[in-house]
Amino acid sequence: MAVTIAKERWTSKVAEEAYGSQGIKVGGETTLPFLQFEGEIPNRPVTALEVFDTEPKDYPDFLREPFADVISDPVAWARKVVELGADMVALRLMSAHPDWNNASAQDVAKTAKAVAEAINVPLIVIGCGVEDKDGEILPVVAEALEGQKALIGCVTANNYKSITAAANGYGHYVIASSPLDINLCKQLNILINEMGLPLDRIAFDPLVGALGYGIEYAYSIMERARMGALTGDKTLATPIVAFIGQEAWKAKEAKDADAPEWGPQGDRAILWEVTTATTFAIAGANIFIMRHPESIKKFNAFVDEAMKSNAY
Amino acid sequence: MFEIIGERINGLFYDIRDAIANKDPKPIRDWAVKQAEAGAFWLDINTGPVAKKSEQAEIMAWLVKTAQEAVDLPCCIDTTNWDAIEEGLKVHKGKALINSTTAEQAKMDALFPMAANYNAAIVGLAMNEKGVPKSAEDRTALAMELVANADAYGISPVDLYIDPLVLPVNVAQEHGPECLEALRQVKLLSNPAPKTTVGLSNISQKAPNRPLINKTFLAMAMVCGLDSAVMDACDEDLVDTAATATIILNQSIYCDSYLKIFRQK
Repeated sequence: MAVTIAKERWTSKVAEEAYGSQGIKVGGETTLPFLQFEGEIPNRPVTALEVFDTEPKDYPDFLREPFADVISDPVAWARKVVELGADMVALRLMSAHPDWNNASAQDVAKTAKAVAEAINVPLIVIGCGVEDKDGEILPVVAEALEGQKALIGCVTANNYKSITAAANGYGHYVIASSPLDINLCKQLNILINEMGLPLDRIAFDPLVGALGYGIEYAYSIMERARMGALTGDKTLATPIVAFIGQEAWKAKEAKDADAPEWGPQGDRAILWEVTTATTFAIAGANIFIMRHPESIKKFNAFVDEAMKSNAY
Repeated sequence: MFEIIGERINGLFYDIRDAIANKDPKPIRDWAVKQAEAGAFWLDINTGPVAKKSEQAEIMAWLVKTAQEAVDLPCCIDTTNWDAIEEGLKVHKGKALINSTTAEQAKMDALFPMAANYNAAIVGLAMNEKGVPKSAEDRTALAMELVANADAYGISPVDLYIDPLVLPVNVAQEHGPECLEALRQVKLLSNPAPKTTVGLSNISQKAPNRPLINKTFLAMAMVCGLDSAVMDACDEDLVDTAATATIILNQSIYCDSYLKIFRQK
């Protein structure tokens, strides 16, 4: 007897966005991740490697190693991550943090511009994480990067107005970030959209946790958002950004050099970052912001397999 | 996604009747826009009882064209006159909804092929030549006839809107629970399930407190599987009730702006 394969009939799709002057495409899927037998997955997940605009304080030695010669020069560091195979560069403006260098908007904008001009891949610019300060610096960065079609974040419920207005005016995309809550996530997308920025210029960050550190919460949110998007909820049908590296490298299993019972740090740290990334790829994330070059290689090997069509 | 079928472009209303008589497109356009802004998914188009049978087809075509010039919404072509349905379909842009056939074989054999031919959706009333059945079981049996016949003509259940038929609560109270139970059963008839619809304001005909009866019934029917209703899209409380029901039923994801988002297409 012939077996009838159950296929879900989705009625909508995730917005397709194109970043940078190169127009790297992300999103556009009409089914859940990698279910090519049900719908279209026109674009593969993309990776970005992080670059700090000032020497990072909390990188373990193992993570500093691949960037040792460039770690205090963001332009050189950015060129290096492109060579190492990242699809995008994620520049983190930590120097603006009041507890770091408290750099001015003009200073960080200058660095952002220099980095953008030194690379041939799209740029993601991430603020220092202090909402007020990001609300000040990111509009200036957006102006300096006019025409670069950069992805700028993170925009939160407390600072979205100034950043959204600037991103809209200078032709960028924003990363909307909400604290592990699908209802707040949806509301923030709506608020940003109501300021005139089209939904297909937003990508959202639901705030992920690493493997062993609450990964399942973010997984559920992404899955719910994707099912909403595919059944017609346009306010959640934007690409998803996952800050993999930031979380994975917080895990003690990744950063602890001295734990022989867990095996060599190199193996487990990379595994931690890659496992976190592959999990969120299956949940529906599109943009993977990571830290170690070896992790993106391993992650891309997984994506190569997952992108092979299983249509029949 | 709950679908509001805006009831206002109907020759029963004096302004629409006069607009038809004077060939004045303005009231049609105005109501099309008003209902679209209020959250309508379909625009019901009904020539009304006074239009002469010989003129209904022409009037229907004019109403559909006029409404669709004003807004980008599909129409629910609401008439028992088959020629008028076909003239409406001929000029319609996008996927139309035919309103309606019954489970009478002759009607199904005329209207299902027409729906298939114009790639339209169609409302199927759970009644036949014997009238509206009393029990949920009999309503469901007629719904099954509609599903089976639609399928035979190549119409997917997702394009078939079963109407279990709502009767006024002040004269046919015993039909209330039967109609609600029929909604539940209809959603189990096929996979994918047929869609469901009702003429909402029938429930409150000639009763006081009509808005209250309408919205109470709407919320109850949505729990039972109601997917759409011919209703007053400009009754804000009623639309808010539908929006809130979709949230409580977990059919759309909650956010603080959900009432506003529900009205956007």
